[in-house]
Amino acid sequence: MGRFVLDKVSKSFGDTEVIPPLDLTIEDGEFTVFVGPSGCGKSTLLRLIAGLEDVSGGQVSIDGQDMTSVPPAKRGLSMVFQSYALYPHMTVRKNIAFPLRMAKMDKAEIKKRVDEAAEVLNLTDYLHRKPGQLSGGQRQRVAIGRAIVREPSAFLFDEPLSNLDAALRVGMRLEISEMHKRLATTMIYVTHDQVEAMTMADKIVVLQAGVIEQVGSPLELYRAPRNVFVAGFIGSPKMNLLTGPEAEKHDATTIGIRPEHISISNESGMWEGTVGVSEHLGSDSFFHVKCDAFEHPLTVRAGGELQMSYGAKVFLTPDAAHMHTFDAEGLRIG
Amino acid sequence: MARAVTNQRKATNTLFAWAIGLLIFFPILWTILTSFKTEAQAINDPPIFFFFDWTLENYAAVMERSDYAKFLWNSIIIAVGSTILGVIIAVPAAWSMAFVPSKRTKDILLWMLSTKMLPAVGVLYPIYLIFIQLGILDSRIGLVVVLMLINLPIIVWMLYTYFKEIPVDILEAARMDGASLRDEIVHVLTPMAIPGIASTVLLNIILAWNEAFWTLNLTAAKAAPLTAFIASYSSPEGLFFAKLSAASTMAIAPILIMGWFSQKQLVRGLTFGAVK
Repeated sequence: MGRFVLDKVSKSFGDTEVIPPLDLTIEDGEFTVFVGPSGCGKSTLLRLIAGLEDVSGGQVSIDGQDMTSVPPAKRGLSMVFQSYALYPHMTVRKNIAFPLRMAKMDKAEIKKRVDEAAEVLNLTDYLHRKPGQLSGGQRQRVAIGRAIVREPSAFLFDEPLSNLDAALRVGMRLEISEMHKRLATTMIYVTHDQVEAMTMADKIVVLQAGVIEQVGSPLELYRAPRNVFVAGFIGSPKMNLLTGPEAEKHDATTIGIRPEHISISNESGMWEGTVGVSEHLGSDSFFHVKCDAFEHPLTVRAGGELQMSYGAKVFLTPDAAHMHTFDAEGLRIG
Repeated sequence: MARAVTNQRKATNTLFAWAIGLLIFFPILWTILTSFKTEAQAINDPPIFFFFDWTLENYAAVMERSDYAKFLWNSIIIAVGSTILGVIIAVPAAWSMAFVPSKRTKDILLWMLSTKMLPAVGVLYPIYLIFIQLGILDSRIGLVVVLMLINLPIIVWMLYTYFKEIPVDILEAARMDGASLRDEIVHVLTPMAIPGIASTVLLNIILAWNEAFWTLNLTAAKAAPLTAFIASYSSPEGLFFAKLSAASTMAIAPILIMGWFSQKQLVRGLTFGAVK
């Protein structure tokens, strides 16, 4: 079990309020991702849940129990750190066994569980090594092994993949998702990478300056961002956010249109512009088009085979059904 | 680009380093040499360097006159005892200063160190009276406590520096893994700080071993360590340089040997944190 309720939780460091009072519920078994730009308070929020930081106000409850002033050791949670935070003086076996040793489990049971975890994580051959003799990916596995052996009520991940190279990151992302499906334990995952958030989450919590901007499933956030910030943050490449007379035509201050919802043509269309840089990924092509109607160039997605020369004249047509409109405060109109 | 070092430059540097090393070591070398001379040769003018009649008679005389083993044993107990006691007290202190610092932590550290700036004799009288009251004058336990207190600021300060180098993440991981504060210090912090703790221990044993002011003033016959043993040869009957040197050599030999074998550890400890 692992259901979290944050009730008016806030955090200040000295006179600086990094998290104004916020409410959040995380259901049992859910994969929740906290995402936001660096300094948005997502790691702090995770540390408040872990108990590594004391809340300045409000209440944290886990499975209906008030845990606000319970020390981290007694909350029954596991955490994977960005730096892995392995114990450098212990072998891999001892690292993974550490939480069980702290729980005073008997030796035979510890051995059995460590062997099982090592098996699942492909670490069996490395059990006698020290963390210093392992690669980044292996260290990451050890950190995960240490988290799973205890069968916690929830896993907390603090940017666990940021120190890995791109290829490894994609692999580990899948493994963590796989692990979540298998264990069905609550996971709370912090990242600044919206791709990680979109691919892994059941529920995404978008944060900015300590404030929750929106909570929802990846597709809810993609389809109906609540405000300009979420619109610009979720999706890759970014949504085109346009202001000026074109926006006013829709009775909005800002209109948003995703690169995949604009069609590009040589002959006719709504907006005329010139092609700037093109990015060809094989499966897709992205064109940066400068239109006279807008200050900033628009990003447009097209098929992988489409070629457009630099400086060519083109016409763009937005798909009206997928247009987002926002008012002067940046809030969604439709 | 690596700095080009010519062979000639290297040779000059080596020579210079040896010269400085020899200069620093000279008093000890001279003491050792003198301990093998006769009393007459010891005060010969001009001084005799190597070509004298090597003799062990001073050692024989010293061994006959005083109970070296007893002094040695007292020194070991006082130096090792005060260091161990100091480390046991300093580890939690340094932990709290390094990992849960308050606004005043830096001030407390400086204040602790400032007690080392006080001339020891300034508190001799009160401490002497306290010792009489407690009946621990000329006792090893009394000296262990006093030397521990004298060196505690240095132990705390050194451990604090080492602990600061340990990533907080790892301690937090231990907390998440269910470790109590005691588990965290015993199973994670201390093993990780072993190199630092080892050099702190070594340095403090040396400091306590060589400490003379308190050991001379607070002991008489029972608890007197090797410092008192040396001092007993510089006294009223007139100076016997050769015997004094023999006593000194015997007093510093154990610590010199220990220092020699642990020099790598000591140097690492003393420069720890200077280079990342």
